[in-house]
Formats: sequence, structure tokens, C-alpha cells
Amino acid sequence: MFTRHDELKAGYDVVIIGAGGHGLAAAYYLARDHGIRNVAVLEKGYLGGGNTGRNTTIIRSNYLTPEGVKFYDESVRLWQDLGTDFDLNLFYSTRGHYTLAHTDSAMRTMRWRAEVNKHYGVRSEAIDAASVKRGIPSIDLSCGGHAPILGALFHAPGAIARHDAVAWGYGRGADRRGVEIHQQTEVTGIRLQGGRVVGVDTTRGSVATSKVLCAVAGFTPRILDMVKLRTPIYVHPLQAMVSEPVKPWLDPIIVSGSLHVYVSQTARGELVMGASLDPYELHATRSTLDFVEGLCSHMLDMFPFLSEVKVNRQWAGLADMTPDFAPIMGVTPVEGFYLDAGWGTWGFKATPVCGKTMSHTVATGRNHALIEGFTFDRFARYELTGEKGAASVGH
Amino acid sequence: MKIIVCPLNGPRPVSEFAYGGEVRRSPDPDACSDAQWSDYVFNRSGSPGVKYEWWCHLASGHWFVVLRDTARDVVIGTFGAEAVRHGLPAPDTAP
Repeated sequence: MFTRHDELKAGYDVVIIGAGGHGLAAAYYLARDHGIRNVAVLEKGYLGGGNTGRNTTIIRSNYLTPEGVKFYDESVRLWQDLGTDFDLNLFYSTRGHYTLAHTDSAMRTMRWRAEVNKHYGVRSEAIDAASVKRGIPSIDLSCGGHAPILGALFHAPGAIARHDAVAWGYGRGADRRGVEIHQQTEVTGIRLQGGRVVGVDTTRGSVATSKVLCAVAGFTPRILDMVKLRTPIYVHPLQAMVSEPVKPWLDPIIVSGSLHVYVSQTARGELVMGASLDPYELHATRSTLDFVEGLCSHMLDMFPFLSEVKVNRQWAGLADMTPDFAPIMGVTPVEGFYLDAGWGTWGFKATPVCGKTMSHTVATGRNHALIEGFTFDRFARYELTGEKGAASVGH
Repeated sequence: MKIIVCPLNGPRPVSEFAYGGEVRRSPDPDACSDAQWSDYVFNRSGSPGVKYEWWCHLASGHWFVVLRDTARDVVIGTFGAEAVRHGLPAPDTAP
């Protein structure tokens, strides 16, 4: 599927660190839209093996801030014809997305999000408990009496997709246009001269370049140390799990902030489930029993009939969190060093629009208009983009 | 289950504790610049390493300091909160 390159070239126009969805999408759009094809994507592990392959594949644009809603809506739009673009089945499946509200304050946030969404032409509405029951007949509205459901934010365009295929599609598209993808190639240093990027050192030798795009999710702080930049990014693990395959019974995507659950059923019948972040900093993708116990108990609050269903697998990814739950994107104080980071627990859905906007930013050296709310310097200006209210669960 | 040795309560399961972030020194808010203050408020040492952290034993409300390797999730030692005032040894020289 991909061209194998035995050696790195002496230099590239652009070096992208991280062959996940974001890095490969940026490479793809650099080659396709900007004609920049002398590009290397360096990956210390394997293609799509980080958070691209570890998330729960939910795609939505029902955010809270105008910056967020516009950005994610563009991403949802880009998703629509991506499979055709790649000539690859992404299993993109529009399901509808319910964010359940169990408290009055949650209902208030749902109404707020619905109004902001509608203002920007995004299909979201606040609905009552009876409408939730009509959409999800198998749900226990009382949640075992612990946390009765009062209503929800319903977002019709909510979708899921096959995450590996996204990385493969972007990777293959970039590869066919001349981009080199080097797996098993770890970046060990970034060379600067007079505050500008001049090269990258790797475990397979050094290359010259004037532009580096860092798209490495939970490994971002380690790369930032190489260019001596400080950010608010902190890393916590985020765990997820899947059940054994069962007959299709759950069409929509269900999220509950109060119960810390998000769940959807894949085309092959597995329930894909996630919860909130692990509660302390850790740079390891280990799994815990606490997580499975907590998540299962909350799943059973909503769907008691699942008590006999088995959990098949669990895993974790490293989430690069920011204090305002918005990403950090675009140019940085180091000339030629571009950042696509702070994607925490919400990066998969943004893969296409991140590729689009970052390729524009790298090609022109100026931030794309859609990422101006996410700039590196917003913290120094005390101008945060507060997106926590739209996080799927209360992390 | 992971065990943390609380200086007040002895060995307890990690589920009884809350993480309070890295131990950091605040710059003098009257003397520092806006840039120094925003660096203190927002920026963090995000890379893995051996760090001093605030932890709280929830049942007793007791705050104390944990020296932990955030790459391996190994607790190296725990200290009473007064150790912060008396000066903590550099992380790499601690036991």
C-alpha cells in the first residue's frame, strides 16, 4: 500500500513529525493543494498507531464556542466525500448523537450549545426525556434511579468512521503524490540556528529542513523540549474498551457527561466505550481494572440488559490536554516550527480540517483563519477559548 | 491496586487519593511581569520525569507531597507538606 524508502534524503521542504491522522492529513493536503511534495513524515512507531488508532471514532461539531463550532463544522463537511477522495471505504456512518443531561445545569448547557450551533447552521437541538426514549428505546431513563435523564442535546450529523482507514487513506494519498513516510524513525533533536529551524536529527540520520510540523499528541511536550518552548499541555492517559460483538441494537451515539460514558456500536456489532481521563499525569498506555469497573457500572445504569455481555479488549492513549479544552495550533515563536497539538481527547473528528488548516499554515507561514482561536500565544494574552462545556464527558 | 503511603494514614489504595498537580513556586505577583505570571498560571512541565506532586488523602483531607516518576507511575517517596517550606531535595538526588 505504501512505497518503502530505505534511506532518508539529505533534506526536505517540510518534515512532519508523527504519522497519525493529523500528520498524514497535513502531508496529503500539502501535496494535493499546495504542490509541496518534497515532504517527509517521520514516525517513531507505526502508521496510525497512536491516538488515531486508539480513539472511539466519534465525529461531531456540536461545540460551545463560535471558534470551535465553525472549525469542527468544516471538518464534518470535509469528512463527507473523503472516502471518494481516497477511493477507500472509511465506513463513515451518520448515526445521530445524543448528549444526555441528568441535571438542570446540564440542560442549560445543552440549550446554550444548541443555540450557538443553530446560529452557525449546525443541526443541534435540545430535546426532552420523552424524545430521548423515542430515539433510544432500550435506555433506562431513570438510570437505575441514580441519575434520571432530563433531556439531551441531539446532534443529527454525529457519525463514526473506521479510524485506521483514515490514516491509511491520507497516507496512501500522500505517498502517491511523492511524500515519503518513514516509520520506525524517531526524532531525537531539532536543530535551530538564530531561532529558526534548520534540520531534524533522527535515529536514522539527520535531514535539513526549514519547516517542521509537530503532530505527535501525547508526545508533544518531549518534542517541545527540543525547541525549548513551554506550553500548558499536560498528559493524562485516556482509556477505552470494546465489548464482544452483539446483534445491532444501538444506532445512535450516546454520551453522558454525568455518568462519564460515551458509546456507539460498530458495523460489526462491538460496543465501543470510553470514559473520562485517568485522574493523574502518566506517560504510559497501561490499562486498569478501576476503569473497566467504573465504566461498566455506568453502562449498566443506562442499559441494564447488557449485564451478560463481555468486555473483549481495553487499551489507552496519551491525551495532550490544555486548560481550556481547545487545541494549540499554528505558528510558534520558533520560526519554521509549527504545532498541531493539545488535541487531548477530541482530536479524531478534526483530522481533515487540521490537515487542511495546518497545510495552509505551513505553506504560507501564516495561521489559517479557522485556527485563530487556537493560537500558541493565547495563554500569554490571557485569551482562552473555553471549550470544556462541549467536552463529551466531564474530564 | 496501586498503593500510596500517606504520611498521616500509612499505605492506602490510590483510589482514596486525589492528584493536585506538580509542586511549583509562585512568582511574586506584585513584582513579576504579565509574561512571568501567565507562564506560572498556564504553563506546565509536560514531559515525563521524576516530579514532586501534591496529593490529597480524600477521606482525611490530608495534603502531602509525593515524589513520582510520571513515565513509569512509580512512587519514589512521600513527604509531609512542611517539606515544601523547608526545601525539597532535587528530584534526582532524592531516595
